[in-house]
Amino acid sequence: MAGLTKQGIGAILAKQGILIAFAIFMIGFALANQRFIAIDNISGVIRSSAILGVMALGVTFVVIGGNFDLSVGSMMSFSTIVVLDLHDKLGPALAIPAMFGLTLALGAFIGFLVGYMKLNSLIVTLGMLSAIHGLTLTWSGGKNMDIADKAGTWFSVFGQGRILGVPVPILIFLGLAVILGITLSKTPFGRKVYAVGGNGQAATFSGIPRARIVFLTYLMSSFCVAVAGLLQASRSLGSQNTVGQGMELEVLAAVVLGGASLMGGSGTIFKTVIGVLILGFIQNGLLLMGLAFYVQYVVTWAIIILAVWLDVAAKRGRLWSPTA
Amino acid sequence: MTTARYRDALKYGAIWVFILVELAFFSIAGEFMSTSDKAFMDFDNMLLLLKQSAPIGIIALGMTIIMINGNIDLSVGATYALAAIVLLDSMTWPALQAMGDWAIPVAWGLALLTGAVLGAINGLIVWKTGVDAFIVTLGSMLGYRGLVFMINGEQPTSHLNWTLVDFAEAQFLGLHTATWFLLITALALWLLMTRTVHGRNAYAIGNNREAAVNAGIRVGPHMVWNFVLIGFLAALSAVVFYSESGSVNPNDGMLFELWAITAVVLGGTKLTGGYGSILSTLGGVIAIQLLRKGLGHIGAATETVNLVIGLILIAVLLLDRQLNRKGQEELKI
Repeated sequence: MAGLTKQGIGAILAKQGILIAFAIFMIGFALANQRFIAIDNISGVIRSSAILGVMALGVTFVVIGGNFDLSVGSMMSFSTIVVLDLHDKLGPALAIPAMFGLTLALGAFIGFLVGYMKLNSLIVTLGMLSAIHGLTLTWSGGKNMDIADKAGTWFSVFGQGRILGVPVPILIFLGLAVILGITLSKTPFGRKVYAVGGNGQAATFSGIPRARIVFLTYLMSSFCVAVAGLLQASRSLGSQNTVGQGMELEVLAAVVLGGASLMGGSGTIFKTVIGVLILGFIQNGLLLMGLAFYVQYVVTWAIIILAVWLDVAAKRGRLWSPTA
Repeated sequence: MTTARYRDALKYGAIWVFILVELAFFSIAGEFMSTSDKAFMDFDNMLLLLKQSAPIGIIALGMTIIMINGNIDLSVGATYALAAIVLLDSMTWPALQAMGDWAIPVAWGLALLTGAVLGAINGLIVWKTGVDAFIVTLGSMLGYRGLVFMINGEQPTSHLNWTLVDFAEAQFLGLHTATWFLLITALALWLLMTRTVHGRNAYAIGNNREAAVNAGIRVGPHMVWNFVLIGFLAALSAVVFYSESGSVNPNDGMLFELWAITAVVLGGTKLTGGYGSILSTLGGVIAIQLLRKGLGHIGAATETVNLVIGLILIAVLLLDRQLNRKGQEELKI
């Protein structure tokens, strides 16, 4: 086959491959099981993906800026535990802003270390994963956290409420996706994030304050984590200390599945949302087919590697790596 | 000594100084704060510490090579669990049960083979597709964990073999079996990295991949062998641990990759590749275990361990940056 045609196909696959894969999946599952495309099933999937999704939105900013964030899972546990604890001590109206303040402070600390001190983001956030987990356990004394009066609090509205029949978590997730999507693609700040992640040195030379942009991406990420913690706490009204454990890697999987490069400089909010939904629908589709929950792990493995492989292959113009 | 060698000595030696500081601190603080009468540097206590370092330690030693090579492996925890299940499950197969105690080496062999094969799969994917090792092993971390559940189901698997337990609890020259495995692995890998072509190539590739390719090193197969090695070591770690415990939960080994990477980084190995030492990783592993035990000894709540280790990791990074920046400035002059 001529190289040009192959590259042409590759380019289309790389650009829209994830959407095509998504479409094939949805059609396949829908044919296998009618219930899959029922409105209540779709709404249920988006609702249960909302927490992961909100976190993935923030991490998209960090990844496009050329960094990692492995701390979002334990940070989400932290904000969940804190808001549940403060709910009974201060009342929900004060607990929510207090939790946001504390979570943002953690994000600012990480942003300071990675942005201004220029430390390796992988290790900093790995360290913070452990440190924040310790902080959470110290806060809760290692015990599960529960709200005393579960029936009488309006706090449950974020995770369990409905507005015009649409579950609130879906509204928050999609609303935040629209706002952050516009921020990333239409504002000077968004363009600077791409510039810093694409070529940090060039960005610095053209007068973009690299440190501040990186700092702000982590602040965005911790804000999204705080929202996710709020959703989680409000949905269950009680929580273990390890509620977010392991989510950092699931979030990263969703972002990568959406086609963001871990080298920075590429990716969009829309594609991340698609990545989150693919993970959610795979899980749901396999469950509806009567398979156990862990089958999705193996399927997700194959999909992540295929997705990234196609992306890499299209960029270099050949399927297999030329490495000897 | 030249500046570079001085810096090397400082970086590789720092972890052992840190261990001494920990020992001194916990011994003295323990005098005042400990609830037990035992001294912290009690001989049995230290032996136990080495034994408990073994599972993470063996994996961290392998991770050092992967990281010197410029890669990373996030799937070691899942590989560990899968090897453990193969080990315990295979001993209940009729064919192996008929073999009596000879089933033990066969089960070990099967578990180690499983680890090596899982590592080879990672390595081949990294080589042939050219996808970053971080993503490949992030994927297989999920995938291998899925395999664990598919083979094992959601319930724990238990199989106690008393011959095996006796072996695992034995002490030879005062050291436990697990400790011997840790030390022998460290020695073997140290020899591999300092005395063989393979080791030199690992440093060369991690340092400058282009240059290594131009120098005629076959980067692909080299990486695959390293992944086979760490898969094998993750399985070895499982063999050492589960020979004694005899019961495996499908969630076992979660977050092992993060602990192993933490130990490696504490030991001074660079994430970007080309720089690091097996012995310093051994130091990193011992330092972490010492911290866990020490904080328990002085009566601090166990949860503070995570907090302290995380902050120490960041502090190490800050120090490292200061050291490197100074070095680079001198180089420029």
